[in-house]
Amino acid sequence: MSNLPSSAKCVVIGAGIVGNSVAYHLARLGWTDIVQIDKGPLPNPGGSTGHASNFIFLVDHTKEMAELTLDSVRQYEEFGTFTKCGGIEVARTPERMQELTRRITSGKSWGVEGMSLLTPDQVKDMVPFIDETVILGGFYTEGVGVVDSLRMGTIMREKAVEMGALQSFANVEVDDLTVVDGRITAVVTDQGTINCEYAVIACGCWSRQIAAMAGAEIPLTPAVHQMKDIGTVPMFADAKGDIEYPIVRDMDTNMYERQHGTGLEIGSYAHRPMLYDAEDIPSNAEAALSPTEFPFTPDDFAEQDEYALELMPDIVGDETIGEKYAINGILSLTPDGMPILGETPEVKGLWAASAVWVKEGPGVGRAIAEWMILGEPEIDVHASDVARFYPQQTTTKHIKDRTAEGFNKTYGIVHPAEQWSSNREVRISPYFEREKALGAVFYETVMWERPFWYDSNAGLLEKYGDAVMPRVAEWDSRWWSPIINAEHLQMRETAGIVDLTAFALFDITGPGALATVQRVCMRQMDVAVGKVIYTPVLSPGGGFKSDLTVMRLGDDHYRVVTGGAHGMSDLKWFKDNAAPEATFTDLTEAMSTIGLWGPHARAILASVTDADVSNEGFGFGTCRDITIAGQTVLASRISYVGDLGWEIYVPMSEGLAVWDALWAAGQDHGLIPVGIGVYGTTGRLEKGYRAYGAELESEYTIIEAGMSPKKIKDADFIGKQAHLRQRDEPVATVMCLLTVDDHTSSTGEKRYMLGKEPILTKDGGPITDAHGRRSYVTSAGAGPSVGKHILMSYLPAEYAAPGTHLLVEYLGEQYPVTVEGSGAVFDAANDRILA
Amino acid sequence: MILVYVDHDRGVLDELSLQALAAARGIDADVQAVLIGVDAVALAPRLGEFGVATAHVGVHDGLTDYAPMAAGRAVSQLAERLQPTAVLAAGSPRGNEVLAHAAAIMDEPFAADCTSITLGDGVSEVTRYRWAGNVFEEARVHAPMLYATTALHVFAADPQSGSAPAAIVEFAPDLTPADLAVRVLERTGGGGGGVSLAEAKVVVSGGRGVGEAGFGPLEELAELLGGTVGCSRVVTSAGWRPHAEQVGQTGTKVAPDLYIAIGISGATQHIAGCKNAKTMIAINSDPDATIMSFADYAVIGDAATVMPAIVEAVRAAKG
Amino acid sequence: MNVAVCIKRVPLSPGRWSLTPDATAIDTSGSAMGWTLSPHEECATEAAVQLIEADGGEVTAFSLGTADSTEQIRELMAVGVSRGVLLETGADEWDPQATAAALASAIRDDATTYDMVIVGTESADTSGYQVGVRIAHALGWPIVTNVKGLSVTGGVARCERVVGTDREVYEVSLPAVIAVKDGVNIPRYPSVPGRIKARKKPIDTVAPTATPARLEKIRLALPPQETGTATVLGTGPEAAPRVVEVLKEIGVLT
Repeated sequence: MSNLPSSAKCVVIGAGIVGNSVAYHLARLGWTDIVQIDKGPLPNPGGSTGHASNFIFLVDHTKEMAELTLDSVRQYEEFGTFTKCGGIEVARTPERMQELTRRITSGKSWGVEGMSLLTPDQVKDMVPFIDETVILGGFYTEGVGVVDSLRMGTIMREKAVEMGALQSFANVEVDDLTVVDGRITAVVTDQGTINCEYAVIACGCWSRQIAAMAGAEIPLTPAVHQMKDIGTVPMFADAKGDIEYPIVRDMDTNMYERQHGTGLEIGSYAHRPMLYDAEDIPSNAEAALSPTEFPFTPDDFAEQDEYALELMPDIVGDETIGEKYAINGILSLTPDGMPILGETPEVKGLWAASAVWVKEGPGVGRAIAEWMILGEPEIDVHASDVARFYPQQTTTKHIKDRTAEGFNKTYGIVHPAEQWSSNREVRISPYFEREKALGAVFYETVMWERPFWYDSNAGLLEKYGDAVMPRVAEWDSRWWSPIINAEHLQMRETAGIVDLTAFALFDITGPGALATVQRVCMRQMDVAVGKVIYTPVLSPGGGFKSDLTVMRLGDDHYRVVTGGAHGMSDLKWFKDNAAPEATFTDLTEAMSTIGLWGPHARAILASVTDADVSNEGFGFGTCRDITIAGQTVLASRISYVGDLGWEIYVPMSEGLAVWDALWAAGQDHGLIPVGIGVYGTTGRLEKGYRAYGAELESEYTIIEAGMSPKKIKDADFIGKQAHLRQRDEPVATVMCLLTVDDHTSSTGEKRYMLGKEPILTKDGGPITDAHGRRSYVTSAGAGPSVGKHILMSYLPAEYAAPGTHLLVEYLGEQYPVTVEGSGAVFDAANDRILA
Repeated sequence: MILVYVDHDRGVLDELSLQALAAARGIDADVQAVLIGVDAVALAPRLGEFGVATAHVGVHDGLTDYAPMAAGRAVSQLAERLQPTAVLAAGSPRGNEVLAHAAAIMDEPFAADCTSITLGDGVSEVTRYRWAGNVFEEARVHAPMLYATTALHVFAADPQSGSAPAAIVEFAPDLTPADLAVRVLERTGGGGGGVSLAEAKVVVSGGRGVGEAGFGPLEELAELLGGTVGCSRVVTSAGWRPHAEQVGQTGTKVAPDLYIAIGISGATQHIAGCKNAKTMIAINSDPDATIMSFADYAVIGDAATVMPAIVEAVRAAKG
Repeated sequence: MNVAVCIKRVPLSPGRWSLTPDATAIDTSGSAMGWTLSPHEECATEAAVQLIEADGGEVTAFSLGTADSTEQIRELMAVGVSRGVLLETGADEWDPQATAAALASAIRDDATTYDMVIVGTESADTSGYQVGVRIAHALGWPIVTNVKGLSVTGGVARCERVVGTDREVYEVSLPAVIAVKDGVNIPRYPSVPGRIKARKKPIDTVAPTATPARLEKIRLALPPQETGTATVLGTGPEAAPRVVEVLKEIGVLT
């Protein structure tokens, strides 16, 4: 019936809000040969877009999501499909009221305007059908609105067609994806094969199934979101538009209520997690309603009925108002709650644009198109990168466990350090049993169990007293322990051993190894064998792609060590940009890493090895094989905590012997086990070390990060041209360390910021740089050795001078802070590291 | 011998019952008919043309109009006396009702809406409709005498010209006041004097895709073609159209010469009511809608733009 | 007035049918399938609720089926049914005779004395057209089937049914069985308070006595699939002239 072309530059699979947006933005950026297919009819093919609630709240604690949402709103407005109605998140508990203040601070950090806290009476004024006595207050955002996502999709599709760039086909089902030599070459459909250079999977809850056809993983699961529409509501009977009252999110019950024409829509994320497989979703022909509208199960909505009745008794309690439409709507959930975007690491040219909600759909479409055509999106979407997953994170068990656990956090109060409880102890280091014996409190990073602090160090609390900067407020001290600061202080006195097994390691070997690392890394890589180089990796636009450590182990042999969280994305980036004749070997599962730092680190290491570990014999920034306990290990003299020491890379199977040898030797030197709380926060912050994903991201340049080398190497590298251009431009903002002058809140309690709070002028106004970026806390944590709470933030030059007094807003209150400068606040001369 | 209940409405022969006669003749050459009410006497001879040698007419003072319980009683009494191998009727509302009564009175099983019947000694085998014909059931009926109705429009009435008129045998059923208590007391016209949906030769039917305000052109087209308007269940549930217009499993089952399905996706319960149309034209914006696999002709497009054009073209064609 | 309604849990009719591997039932294993009531029975319940709203009394829903049938009973409790009686069976289907006998004796033996039993004329799934009739004979009550209009005055039920474009009127004295058809009313949607109340209403379970099926299901089959060969006359308004040609060809336009 349809006349599918036999070839296209790009096939967009899916005609929901995401597929339409991707197609439009690809066309807008100049691609002309795009084919879009969907197995359902248009304009509503039957996916999740068709039953979406279509409202958009602007504030999200995650910057990436907030930016995608704000961009999407701009696009919906541009195409006339956005109706602003305002939105109120109401609180039933004091804890939620605090959370609402936190949401305001996040909103300020990301540049959201028109936010305010409301009293119950003020909420009642705006939403007359609410029972204000069951709430303590509300958080109002003026810019909240409702979109017509189907109309938006149609407009975008039509615009792309008008540009002569897009052909769109409904009722075409994908049967297979053809991959040759690791590249997508064709999309096979029930109506013919389309040869293509690119394919974009924008199939929502079907994405995992489609990706599997090419051997790629898009780890998501279809899950149920229940909603019902009741009506006709007498007080809405004369409603002229779709929505005339602010949308209410009843956060503590995981629910929302919104006027929808003459009805009231009640939605819930509170019910038991109901997860399905894509195979469970019927075809359009089989489905009673649409494929993603499953029959409503009223038993699962029992509590929600009661909550809705409590909050809006005048409407919900009216027996004449019936449940006109109720569904178990299917949406896509991912194990970490983030979308899945970008080129799949398994198949070149095959892109994912999945697990995206209506609120961020257009923004995602733009980001994907920019990424495909320009090489990187304007909005940094690294947390959504499809390449982020390790194999352990794409198992069905992991997907089901984590989505089940995460589902009820949709409106939850999620502490920034909150840990997952399901599917733990999947990746454990060789030292796991030793650490458990020492009372390690484990946090998880990409499935690795990592000690965050050790209860065995609790005795140090007495030793250091108030120097551990104890926190009294429950929120500030949740997922935290003063033992972290005690470990920090002890490490600075003697030494600490740190389990860094979560690192990702990979070797690049062969004649193309040097060319590869030169091209990818900013720093000079053509160095002597045995050198260790910490280097930024730039995006094509000169922003941060990553920062990592590269060791030259031979003329044609480099080893890359990078953070676990971003390791797989880094590996993909190196591979994507590899020179010919470069071979990659992923050592992540084979090698573990032990960190040994502190003034006594050398003495400890010297006692277990014959190697010369003196400053002269083993200089900073060098690495070499040494023998410990009969095992050959690679030792590298670097430091991320500000003290003398080494990272020791040892095969997993031999790790325990090395750990035990170091541990035994350390007993005479005051060695303690030290957790990631020190490694990732306190030690790092005192030194002002920037972390990828916090300070470092593609939206900031290396110059702004204050990490630009004085000299740029001659060799070409990705981002070089952009960087050279940036060097001639005025610097809009600069990374600074700040310290908190006074922690005392209005109630006399001392409060400690946790990160992402807005930095404000002395007058309490927002600070915005020349590119419109707000200043916010990128990292926050104790500096026990300096006795100060340290914040990092980008600040425009006029605020960046050391000694400048500013404010930080935390949970609705403002606290004075002082700019310290761009560098370390502890041992700025690096005497300790270089000792 | 097979006994067939032949229905009539105040002396007007029920054409559907002729299908049951055809089914009976396919099983056994010896077919007798039973009709109820003195009105039937006049029309019984015509049944000869449909292979009926003897037509039994139950006559009783209380039987002035349709009375289902009494009809069931009369049929069961006649069957008990004549001992046919099977008692059949058309699977119409009345046919199913009368046989259900007769079977209930005799405490025998009853198989409604059969598409095939094989009689056996004490056990008969039937294929019958479930889900209004969306699913077939093969069943055994354990009974010395089979009570069954035939699915509508499966068996074609086959008049044989030159046949002798059926002989009329009147009988007097033994009816209680309770049997006669359920009977038609009065009848009212449907109003409007239009064509009955069940009997219309042309049905112009609209679904969700037509929209509440979009039925005007459908009414115009129905009028131009001498037909009537139908609709899907969604439409009546939404209150856009009266229930009497609903075509489908729970509405009216139609078998017109032409069925035009506009903006109807083709839910099975709707198809169950219209699949016997001789010709079906589907007008739908979704070329893959289920209705397309049942339609003979299709127009791809939105009802709102297509229908006015068709009305215009038909008007022009009529001159 | 107390009214009993008889209702049955049936699969939601899907867009495309499939059978279990042994072909004895509709395949409901996919999560796409839900369960519901026959539309006739939704209307039966609505009719019963309207009657007791006018006259007082209670509506009890009787259902013969598996324990899961409580889901459908609760659904009806949300729209006004006061109590449920589940005649719990195993997974095997009961034939209409056994079903009617069990329902009739449960209604007769119930602590409540009923003035009316309202059923659907036929069930959506087995489409047997007889359970209501058999219940009426078992109770010795009159029955009107195919009812599309119902009112009760002074102990007499006035029923309307449709013949062609006419409406027939029947009147029966209570107690009586009424078998309604979809369209006798428009069933109300459950309200939230209705849902909440429903969760607290009682459902009694009784164990009915099974008898061998005399209408014995052997297997199910699906009718041959239509192959979808509609001739496309065109797209949009431009197709109108072709439509006219077809109308002439088949003789409805002369």
